Amino acid sequence: MRKLQKSTRESIFTYAIVIVAFLATQGLMLSGNISSALTGQLVPICAYVVMAVSLNLTVGVLGELSLGHASFMSVGAFSGVTACISLANVIPSDPIRLVVGMVIGAICAGAAGFLIGIPVLRLNGDYLAIVTLAFGEIIKNLITCLSVGVDSRGLHFSFLTSSSMLNLEEGGTVIINGPMGIAGIPKLSTFTAGFILVVVTLFIVMNLVKSRAGRAIMALRDNRIAAESVGIPVTKYKLMAFVTSAALAGAAGALYAMNFSTIVATKFNFSTSILILVYVVLGGLGNIWGTVIAATVLTILPEMLRGFNDYRMLLYAIVLIIVMLATNNSRLKLIPAWLKKTLGSKTGKESISNE
Amino acid sequence: MSFLSHLISGISLGSIYAIIALGYTMVYGIAKMLNFAHGDVIMVGAYACFFMVSRYEIPAVVGVLSAVVICTLLGIIIERLAYKPLRSATSLAVLITAIGISYFLQNAAQLLWTSNPKVFNSLMGDGSVKLFDGRLSISVTAIVTIVVCVIIMLALTWFTGRTKMGKAMRACSEDKGAAQLMGINVNFTISMTFAIGSALAAIAGVLLCSAYPILTPTTGSMPGIKAFTAAVFGGIGSIPGALLGGVLLGIIEIFGKAYISTQLSDAIVFVVLIVVLLVKPTGLLGKQVQEKV
Repeated sequence: MRKLQKSTRESIFTYAIVIVAFLATQGLMLSGNISSALTGQLVPICAYVVMAVSLNLTVGVLGELSLGHASFMSVGAFSGVTACISLANVIPSDPIRLVVGMVIGAICAGAAGFLIGIPVLRLNGDYLAIVTLAFGEIIKNLITCLSVGVDSRGLHFSFLTSSSMLNLEEGGTVIINGPMGIAGIPKLSTFTAGFILVVVTLFIVMNLVKSRAGRAIMALRDNRIAAESVGIPVTKYKLMAFVTSAALAGAAGALYAMNFSTIVATKFNFSTSILILVYVVLGGLGNIWGTVIAATVLTILPEMLRGFNDYRMLLYAIVLIIVMLATNNSRLKLIPAWLKKTLGSKTGKESISNE
Repeated sequence: MSFLSHLISGISLGSIYAIIALGYTMVYGIAKMLNFAHGDVIMVGAYACFFMVSRYEIPAVVGVLSAVVICTLLGIIIERLAYKPLRSATSLAVLITAIGISYFLQNAAQLLWTSNPKVFNSLMGDGSVKLFDGRLSISVTAIVTIVVCVIIMLALTWFTGRTKMGKAMRACSEDKGAAQLMGINVNFTISMTFAIGSALAAIAGVLLCSAYPILTPTTGSMPGIKAFTAAVFGGIGSIPGALLGGVLLGIIEIFGKAYISTQLSDAIVFVVLIVVLLVKPTGLLGKQVQEKV
């Protein structure tokens, strides 16, 4: 039997982890061995895994720090839920409506990613990071000012005015109510749907990374000038990674929103973006299965620390700091690894992803 | 007249941003790290001053000074425990650690002082100066804020330009290796930078809560982000840039609130930032670095 390629083995391993985790959770749920608090966390875990894997595409594979990933989640959530509510009469089947909602969420977030990506990707390093942060705040602010309603004539939009200015007909409903966000969301998301979205995301991201385009994106990360000089179009591949990442985040946002009955734009703020970035860095830049595990563990961790009551978020912070110190402190590492790090790669990017 | 009074409140808010931005920009210039815990040091400073002055009834000046001392020590401790071991790690690892510190400070504050908002009485009193037959009224807090900001700017410019320590800081931000070869203690210099940044954060905290008197464990985060934006706006790493960026940001924010829309004022600030960065990718006063292969 021929030995499989390293990357193929890695992807089989990643799919295996996810499928085993899904089956194990289903088994536990059937036998009733799972707490209700954790059951409520299952869909958010799936959404955060998709968020983290898609952010890893921008931060780990493309090598650009993005601090506004939650804004794409927000765009996806609001457009997806709007689509689901307004299509309630057209598509009666819940699963199909959920899929349509996620697809529309992904398309809207991808379009937002494209519009933001054109100016943002011209910048480099920390300046790029601050502009993504700025776009995240702008999108949050704009959605807070937006009202949307639906009646028999179609969708109505109004901006900076209250929802009573929508001019709805008799029997029309307000969907997005300015700062109050959306209330009365149909609870369409299921754990199975979340699992399928995770697998689809893994399939898209891992195949993109292994393709010709993926190698071009990684070449841009490692040395942009050298990549440019061998004829790799910088803007095209940067945008490809950025838009894919945004679209996946949009689908995750739609999934996440339809797990709750109400959702407001301020939920998807800077701290949410940072939370997802923490999953990516702890999981390992460019390391997909590490991200999956980090997102899952860190979403459950505050639940598991619930026994410590008020101290749980403090403990979470301490765990975060200690993990960062332990995995990055050169003095704590074994000497060969230290030698390799100091003599070998100067970028330090590999030193994280190799762990 | 309303234009003038908006302008003055804009400059006063901008002065607070500028003082916070100085902390970001100095730390970035020397340690090349985004210190996201800076906003929470502001919060700690404000709480320290609040308890000193309103609970233990210590004179305001002593209260501010002790807040400065507490924040300076806090800054040095954070640097020693969390950032120093990561000096050779990637900037992302340091960034995440800084976020961890920020979570830690916010949650520790919540446990110690609960999340109930505290009402911070302005140390400068609520008097105001009336000009043009009372048509223009400027609060004493705004005047003190602007004056303090100017004094801090002058002192820092003198410090970085004339003193030995300041020159060591500039040398370290230029080239750490070469600075070490010239006999500069790089680690000590970095610690000093954190100490100065945190001391400024304490002053900013007191000024911020004198102008906007509600104090909660998350008081520092939004001004922190805005000040960070101001630092980038002016060109991160540059001290005059922090002042310029901070003041411009404050003026834009207040004018946006007054003339365009209260709800959209944050969006306006960030739109201006993006436009500036697209025209001048390293900020208003930032240095252009030529890329080499």
